[in-house]
Amino acid sequence: MSLLEVRDLSVTFAGWRNAPAVEAVRGISFSLDRGETLALVGESGSGKSVTALSVLQLLPYPAAAHTPESSIQFAGEELVGAAPTRLREVRGNRIAMVFQEPMTSLNPLHTLEKQIAETLLIHKHMPAAAARVRTLELLHLVGLRDAESRLGAYPHQLSGGQRQRVMIAMAIANEPDILIADEPTTALDVTIQAQILDLMRELRDRLGMALLLITHDLAIVRHMADRTCVMTQGEIVESGPTGEIFARPKHAYTRRLLAAEPQGRVKPADPAAPLLVEGENVKVWFPIRRGVLRRVAGHIKAVDGVSLAVRAGTTLGVVGESGSGKTTLGLALLRLLDAEGGIRFDGRDIAGEPQKRLRPLRREMQVVFQDPYSSLSPRLSIAQIVGEGLRVHHIGAGQAERRRLVETALVEVGLDPAAADRYPHEFSGGQRQRVAIARALVLKPRFIVLDEPTSALDMSVQAQIVDLLRELQARYRLAYLFISHDLKVVRALAHEILVMKDGQIVERGNTEQVMTAPDHPYTKALMAAAFDLAAVSTETA
Amino acid sequence: MNASAEVIAAGTRGGDTFLGRRVTPLTRRRLDNFRANRRGFWSLWVFLAVFGVTLFAEFIANDRPLLIRYDGAFYVPVLYNYAETVFGGDFPTEADYRDPHVIGLITAKGWMVWSLIPFSYGTITNAPGPFPAPPSRTDWLGTDDLGRDVLARLIYGFRISVLFGLVLTAISAAIGVIAGAVQGYFGGAIDLLFQRFIEVWSGMPQLYLLIILATFVQPNFWTLLGLLLLFSWMELVGVVRAEVLRARNLDYVRAARALGLSEGAILFRHVLPNAMVATVTFLPFIISGSVTILTALDFLGFGLPPGSPSLGEMLSQGKANLQAPWLGITAFCVLAAMLTLLMFIFEAVRDSFDPRKVGS
Repeated sequence: MSLLEVRDLSVTFAGWRNAPAVEAVRGISFSLDRGETLALVGESGSGKSVTALSVLQLLPYPAAAHTPESSIQFAGEELVGAAPTRLREVRGNRIAMVFQEPMTSLNPLHTLEKQIAETLLIHKHMPAAAARVRTLELLHLVGLRDAESRLGAYPHQLSGGQRQRVMIAMAIANEPDILIADEPTTALDVTIQAQILDLMRELRDRLGMALLLITHDLAIVRHMADRTCVMTQGEIVESGPTGEIFARPKHAYTRRLLAAEPQGRVKPADPAAPLLVEGENVKVWFPIRRGVLRRVAGHIKAVDGVSLAVRAGTTLGVVGESGSGKTTLGLALLRLLDAEGGIRFDGRDIAGEPQKRLRPLRREMQVVFQDPYSSLSPRLSIAQIVGEGLRVHHIGAGQAERRRLVETALVEVGLDPAAADRYPHEFSGGQRQRVAIARALVLKPRFIVLDEPTSALDMSVQAQIVDLLRELQARYRLAYLFISHDLKVVRALAHEILVMKDGQIVERGNTEQVMTAPDHPYTKALMAAAFDLAAVSTETA
Repeated sequence: MNASAEVIAAGTRGGDTFLGRRVTPLTRRRLDNFRANRRGFWSLWVFLAVFGVTLFAEFIANDRPLLIRYDGAFYVPVLYNYAETVFGGDFPTEADYRDPHVIGLITAKGWMVWSLIPFSYGTITNAPGPFPAPPSRTDWLGTDDLGRDVLARLIYGFRISVLFGLVLTAISAAIGVIAGAVQGYFGGAIDLLFQRFIEVWSGMPQLYLLIILATFVQPNFWTLLGLLLLFSWMELVGVVRAEVLRARNLDYVRAARALGLSEGAILFRHVLPNAMVATVTFLPFIISGSVTILTALDFLGFGLPPGSPSLGEMLSQGKANLQAPWLGITAFCVLAAMLTLLMFIFEAVRDSFDPRKVGS
């Protein structure tokens, strides 16, 4: 008998008004033993998070319902339909959970001590002094530096990685039998991700927990999991030892998933191509104001003296961790943010131009944002969103002509033109990102800033978008400024890269050269975190 | 997804029209969403029917006949004034069609068609006193303490209250949304100055001001509207400003700037529509507030000039004449029903503008 036995688990969500019910999970079975790591891997919407929440019976019942044959047995005890009091004893005590978003899963009004001690007080009825000692011990265990002085800190005073450590400390406070981690590192930088994963593995071994890891990231699965279940559309299509699944995938979906990592390299750039965008000593400093008179006390140097050049038809990749100033640099080059220094577009100095004079030029330089959910106005239809630029720049005579151009652009990015009258919320993330690309593309620009266009998307969709971008570049000789923290994607797309840290460039050069033989210690650390994960896992596979 | 696909299929079915106009599938879906809220949908029809009927109050409750046939010619007293001499009377002044003498003159040589309720809001009925007289066959809801028909006054009073409320809401919403949007979008010094101004301005004692001004000028519909507008426009500013402040840094606004849109176009096309849900959510409260503020002023006696039909005046009469419950009960029921219908309607409007909701 395993520690956790899930048999024929199904979850159905009742539809809104008369809409049909949605089957999120359909009859899946798996088991988990002490000291073991099981990965549930799949793309968004595959039902993996719903499965995790069912184990703790945390779904919004009765809108969500299990079929009668669904069974979740924890140490021989049935959890489906168990009494709420019993479930509360299990939650946070025997089975604990770490959520994806460390920014929102900690209560912003409570200190660390209060948040962590809460579970101890509730489940162990520990006296406050003992709880404090235990809290400190836990913070040491999860490797938070200066734990004593941090006890009174609030979540906003911690970085993302530190918050995730605190989340883990909360989860393991009662030494649970099972730790469920739902995308525990997705919101973190690569170097932090490696540290958190190491921490979780170490804690699993030390405390003898079972770890249920939910992720879309195959590199993490390979690195962490003993066994793997591949989920798609609410079903487990393949399960088995991780090494075997990676070496000999049986199901077509698994094979597709494994093949989905961005591959291929760009065609070598034409070195004689004309310079399209040049930045010279670009600086974006945000003033910090203090005191009653709001005097400028200092500056946050988001971008601090960056020079770069992008040639027509080539891609310049900008890599770095969050807060390194990549996005700010992109916006500054487009003059969407005020910046100092020289910015030239096609030989014309645009650094000092007033916004009004820049408007005609906007046609030539476009931008695609990271989050396809916030970059499309929810109140406009796809046709309106894509057609807006045409209207502004008076391209195409009349409505019918513009409509035709919009539809052509949609076809070009691989969308059905019949979808033009639908709203953004009816589309998946990948489709929305295609809409955003179509919006940029319909103007036939020469330069596009791509700000992490793939990082909010599923792996297989990422690969499609990368292919699409490469194809469009070849067809229209587009110049890209490609901003990303994902080195695999950058490698598949960029001719040259800049590595940024704290607003400055620490290394630059040909992509392959920087990736294979990094020079600067920071670049080395970055590459190690991103590719060592992969390197270690290829050994185990 | 399935349901929305059906809606789209229905929407693209050639030449979809609403009230004779071609509508886009988006408008179609909003209409369907509105209709899906049965309560709001029916409330709208009931309200429109009642409001539509009262708009033609002169043809329903009037102390002049709708049509007179006299001596081989037609007369329309509801639209035109005729002297008594026209009908063979003695005075060159306007005919009093309720005078038995005049009635006798006319019916001798023709006939008269009366409206359903043969009283206007100011007509003294010939119910036997003392006033207020209870409901009877001629005065269906009784009379007030001056002997005027309650039903006739109700119809006129309802019309003026609703019109006043709608006009006041429309104008103050327009000013409030624009002011809030400008503050939120441009921020900085504009925002700072405007906010301080609003703080000072909203500190003015509105009611005292009205009472003081009422001693200088005889208030009428338009002066009251103007006075209330001075203060009511501020209600929406805070909501819209907050929404716009949030929206102005979103990616789709940046994207619009990158497309080369002017600031005004961004504000009106991208930022404002997304701030509209909050506005629409707030509107029913403002409408019901505007409708009731006229009633409240009339109740206190600072509203429309004496003699005007008004729900507030009827309420205060009901309070003064507790022995005549038809006054208070009528005014209360009409006010309660009107406010409830408005709430239901706007609830449905809010649903229909919500992009996340899919019509069934």
